[in-house]
Amino acid sequence: MLELSGVSRSFGDRRALDDVGFTVRRGRLTGFVGGNGAGKTTAMRIVLGVLSADAGTVTLDGRELDGATRRTFGYMPEERGLYPRMKVAEQLAYLARLRGFDRAGADRRARELLDRLDVTERADDRLDSLSLGNQQRVQVAASVVHDPDVLILDEPFSGLDPMAVDVVQSVLVEHAAGGAPVLFSSHQLDVVERLCDDVVIIAGGRIVAAGDREELRARHTEPRHRLRAGTDLGWVRDVPGVHVVELAGAEVLFEADEATAQRVLSQALERGTVREFAPVRPRLAEIFREVIRDEAQAQAAAATGRRGKRGVAA
Amino acid sequence: MTAQHVVPPSEGRTAMLVAEREIGAQLRSKSFIISAVVLLLFVLGGIIAGSVLSKHHSGTPTGSGASAPASLMPVAVVDSLRPTLPALPDVRVVPVSDEAAARADVRSGQVRAALVPDSGPAGVRVVVKDGAPSSLVADLTVAPAVEVLNPATANDGVRYIVTFGFGLVFMMAAMTFGATIAQNTVIEKQTRVVEILLSAASPRSLLGGKILGNSALALAETAAIAAVAVLGLVVTGQDGVLSLVGAPMAWFVVFFAVGFVLLAALFAAAASLVSRVEDTGPVLQPVMMLVVLPYFIVVFGNNNQTLLRVASYVPFCAPVAMPARMFLGDAAWWEPLVSLVVLGASTYAVVALAALVYQRSVLRMGTRVRLREVLGRARVAG
Repeated sequence: MLELSGVSRSFGDRRALDDVGFTVRRGRLTGFVGGNGAGKTTAMRIVLGVLSADAGTVTLDGRELDGATRRTFGYMPEERGLYPRMKVAEQLAYLARLRGFDRAGADRRARELLDRLDVTERADDRLDSLSLGNQQRVQVAASVVHDPDVLILDEPFSGLDPMAVDVVQSVLVEHAAGGAPVLFSSHQLDVVERLCDDVVIIAGGRIVAAGDREELRARHTEPRHRLRAGTDLGWVRDVPGVHVVELAGAEVLFEADEATAQRVLSQALERGTVREFAPVRPRLAEIFREVIRDEAQAQAAAATGRRGKRGVAA
Repeated sequence: MTAQHVVPPSEGRTAMLVAEREIGAQLRSKSFIISAVVLLLFVLGGIIAGSVLSKHHSGTPTGSGASAPASLMPVAVVDSLRPTLPALPDVRVVPVSDEAAARADVRSGQVRAALVPDSGPAGVRVVVKDGAPSSLVADLTVAPAVEVLNPATANDGVRYIVTFGFGLVFMMAAMTFGATIAQNTVIEKQTRVVEILLSAASPRSLLGGKILGNSALALAETAAIAAVAVLGLVVTGQDGVLSLVGAPMAWFVVFFAVGFVLLAALFAAAASLVSRVEDTGPVLQPVMMLVVLPYFIVVFGNNNQTLLRVASYVPFCAPVAMPARMFLGDAAWWEPLVSLVVLGASTYAVVALAALVYQRSVLRMGTRVRLREVLGRARVAG
């Protein structure tokens, strides 16, 4: 398990990370979500040791990370880049050798990977002669060429063509299945929602929500249910303890606790046919908007508070 | 997937891998190979041209008869003189009985010249119709034995050319390879590959490998130039110069090896401050000045002993100034050693500082990083 705790980092006067703590469990895909400038890249760079933290620790299975451990990590930076004039296989082999593979092992590994990613025939071409899509595949290969113990990818899906998205997904899933902690950031909440087991949400340099995706969904909204029946469902509005979100003839979406929802269901059955009854979890995007909004309000409140105090002091 | 237990390499090993890549990339670049070959040919051509010019200068006879060495010059020699003459390789001796007969042969054009007895110290007089053949005169000239008490004395021309040569080679190599290091550093930043590299290796080993690889190339090229120069001098029969230049040249290579590392570190650190190749100009300017400085000092100061003595202890100038002083023969045996220690120590310090600058600025994209900012944080952190 990869764990950050109490990590802070400032650039000049700007506090990029403020007491950041979360865990990335082995064998699970963890999505790292936040707006632009929220601190995702800074946090990932600190995990990789590319940046140093002002305070806090990063541990793997309880041991604080050192240089040697970090070098077994796989990393895909948000700013993509490899040597444009170097041959593809040679480039991957070089990165593997920096990580400790011997020459033959590195070369074999690079070619295996290119084979898997369907770019075998370009292995001995210069990177800049490849199409953008193929360059992206090579970039993916560069992050996993040394069979990393921990995989960290910054916006791995941004700018990818649909085929490459599938490739990246399969690489992430495979590494998680192999027992590696896998952390990736994304703006694309639908991708995170589809792929991730765990979600970490960061805003303004602080973690605002983290944990199992389903738990987060359950925690962050009133339970909602969808009911579809054979007849008009206008009567649901009048059931005590029910808040109707959306009503369209024979279909209704409402918020209510579990007992009330069951009561609505039995009433519906008494009145006629029920075609569908199911709990509805909010989409990640909604949770995200909600926590970000809460955070913004909290900050605004805090700022007002500070201003108030200063006013008194003056 | 292959399951292989992999141990990350040590910093030194990593630096070697980085150096290997730098060298490989350079050797595969056509422009590098072409410029190296051109430079070597230039040096060789210069030496051959020098040799041809100097032969031409000393060896052209004034007469027309000697232009074809295969046809020997007919010279009448008075019989009584023959046993006392030295060997005359260019001459076909036409024996005559006395001076009158000899003069008659010269007048009639049967011989080119005549040798007759003379009362002067040479004991022989050359009688010719018009111009005296210089080769004959040279053959008859007896040079006194020379004993040199202070052998390392070069004449002004050679002195200028050799010191100029040290300065030029240092400046050219430092500029070429310095610019390469700077460019590679910025390109890694510009193409963003540096972030992946930093996740695989420490900034120190990346910078170290870069310096190591390019210094090795620069040193190899300088050594090749030295080797070509020696070869050229031997082949063209100018080994005399070699005995004067040999030791200073060897020291030059040693000083170069250390001095270049210092410059390479400066180039890399300066280049890491900017994010685009187009922006390297202003940050490299101060470093370029340091590269050009020793060249001007030896060109304008090679007859100012005090200036040269001071320069031979200043780290940036020492690789040029110290070998130049040794060549000029005014450096005591311990002086290059002391200067080398000073150079080594300052190189160590500069590399450490460069590593700090590199580490702190190499990930900062966008606008140029201010040196004060980078080093300022160092003070706070340290």
